[in-house]
Amino acid sequence: MATTTIEKQSRFQAFWNGKTFVRLRRNPRFIWGTIVLGIIILSAVFAPQLSPYDPVRQNLVERLQGPSAEHLLGTDQFGRDLLSRILYGGRVSLQVGFLSVALALASGGLLGLLAGYFGGWLDSVIMAVSDVLLALPAFLLALAIVAALGPGITNVMIAVGISNVPIFARIVRSAVMSVREMDFVSAAMAAGSRHGRVMFRHIIPNSIGPIIVQVTLSLAGAILSAAGLSFLGMGAQPPTPEWGAMLNSAQQFYRVSHWVVTWPGIAIVVTVLALNLLGDGLRDAFDPRSD
Amino acid sequence: MFKYILRRTLMIIPVMFGVSIIVFSIMLLTPGDPARLMLGERAPEAQLEAIRERLGLNEPPHIQYVNWVSGVAQLDFGRSIRSNRPVINEIQQRLPATIELAVLATLLAVAIGIPVGVLSAMRPNSAGDNVATVTTFTMLAIPVFWQGLMMMIIFSVWLGWLPATGRGQSWQYYILPVVTLGTSAIASIARMTRSTMMETIKLDYVRTARSKGLSGMRVVYGHALRNALLPVVTIIGLQFGSLLSGAVITETIFSWPGIGSLAVDSMRAKDFPVVQGVVLVFAFAYAIVNLLVDIAYGFLDPRLATRYS
Repeated sequence: MATTTIEKQSRFQAFWNGKTFVRLRRNPRFIWGTIVLGIIILSAVFAPQLSPYDPVRQNLVERLQGPSAEHLLGTDQFGRDLLSRILYGGRVSLQVGFLSVALALASGGLLGLLAGYFGGWLDSVIMAVSDVLLALPAFLLALAIVAALGPGITNVMIAVGISNVPIFARIVRSAVMSVREMDFVSAAMAAGSRHGRVMFRHIIPNSIGPIIVQVTLSLAGAILSAAGLSFLGMGAQPPTPEWGAMLNSAQQFYRVSHWVVTWPGIAIVVTVLALNLLGDGLRDAFDPRSD
Repeated sequence: MFKYILRRTLMIIPVMFGVSIIVFSIMLLTPGDPARLMLGERAPEAQLEAIRERLGLNEPPHIQYVNWVSGVAQLDFGRSIRSNRPVINEIQQRLPATIELAVLATLLAVAIGIPVGVLSAMRPNSAGDNVATVTTFTMLAIPVFWQGLMMMIIFSVWLGWLPATGRGQSWQYYILPVVTLGTSAIASIARMTRSTMMETIKLDYVRTARSKGLSGMRVVYGHALRNALLPVVTIIGLQFGSLLSGAVITETIFSWPGIGSLAVDSMRAKDFPVVQGVVLVFAFAYAIVNLLVDIAYGFLDPRLATRYS
């Protein structure tokens, strides 16, 4: 028992002393994921500066043109520049991803923290609810919620967020339970720290590893789900440039011009791939056993 | 073992009960008056009132729930607003197409995923393993809907090999939807098989088998794989959830007449009794598959079952 505590504590210190960072620096998946994701985030942030055209301005004379010098990625059925739409679309997709995961992390994390820290009937109730939410595949749950709330990007965020709540509740709960019994936590309690202080000063910092990994992987999943809902017409509404919605409206034209389908899809694949690589790299770094 | 199976089976009841509450309350929170949806915007108030009375929409929510759930328990999901047919008939008619698609996609995923995972684990970090890793990572990042559209462009528009949509009599109709649906499952199963095989190969009994002079193939397939498959069985169960989600999108793209496309069509038409029915069927199917996985687990790993008896 004593040795495992020391091991765990030194793992925490190793994190701050940089051993985890050293592992991250040497992990090609983490590096590639970070670089690619960085480029995507920058191009979304600077979309207004980078875009050659207005993403929603229609120009029916130039509709469904192939890639050319004027329109590097071609134009869609309304003659809108695809490159500009994809750059702006990144803003929507990343925003939806981040906000829905933030919602899931805040509410799921709080539930998991309460369940893991206090245990007892509170734990039983919270876990029963999360079991029920997990009984529906996440995308179906999100789809059902959006169907009820009505289509729209905000509702997609809420729906995808809610469908991720039980995942975070479970991860945070098990992380909390694994550190709750450790000596430094008991010491803090014995020293008279209040519950809130113990939770936020001692327990959360020590269970941060698995949570960060899950945030990254959930971001990838959230972006995929949101794009899927938009593809089904339940998410972003025209003329908002959003990758899934772009594919939805391009569907009818796939026979004439493949690029209206190709580019938005590649944008999603690259983003999700970068996040998955990043998450995998982080997992390897936080969990030395997997080396 | 019997006790374990019984206990595990009974656990479905509270979960399905909870799911039914969620499905019911989602629909209850939906803005819009179901009576108006059925009769149209300009229906006279008297008719609307009559239909509300007949469907019990004037009752308080908890009475409505009890009425609804006792119907569901007898497989009565109400009537479709669009077709006015019983929801259960609509589902029965379209369920076989979805089962077909899901089973074929699972078989495909197992048939490709397990051998790829085993070969990767036998030569870790070789060129072949690296190609497999890059490929599976990419496969996991491809959205189902985009893959479906791209495969239609490549195999039906450009090459003209396969029909783009529909579910005809010939096998050609099955290729694109099954591959589209199975792709992410192939990748997950391959990755899970690789990592558990890597763990198992290091264990003592595998070393013993090798030192007895058994051939490499014999050790891998006779000893290591059997034990490495335990987590793979779990992944197949979990995959079934994303398979159901994927089926909703795949069926919509390929105009496949299953309950996934029925759900999407009904959502667009605000035909909520059908949506409720399909979501419940999906949840039930997911629960059953996970039950079967847990039971299989009990047989494969008797230690688990003894913990329950």
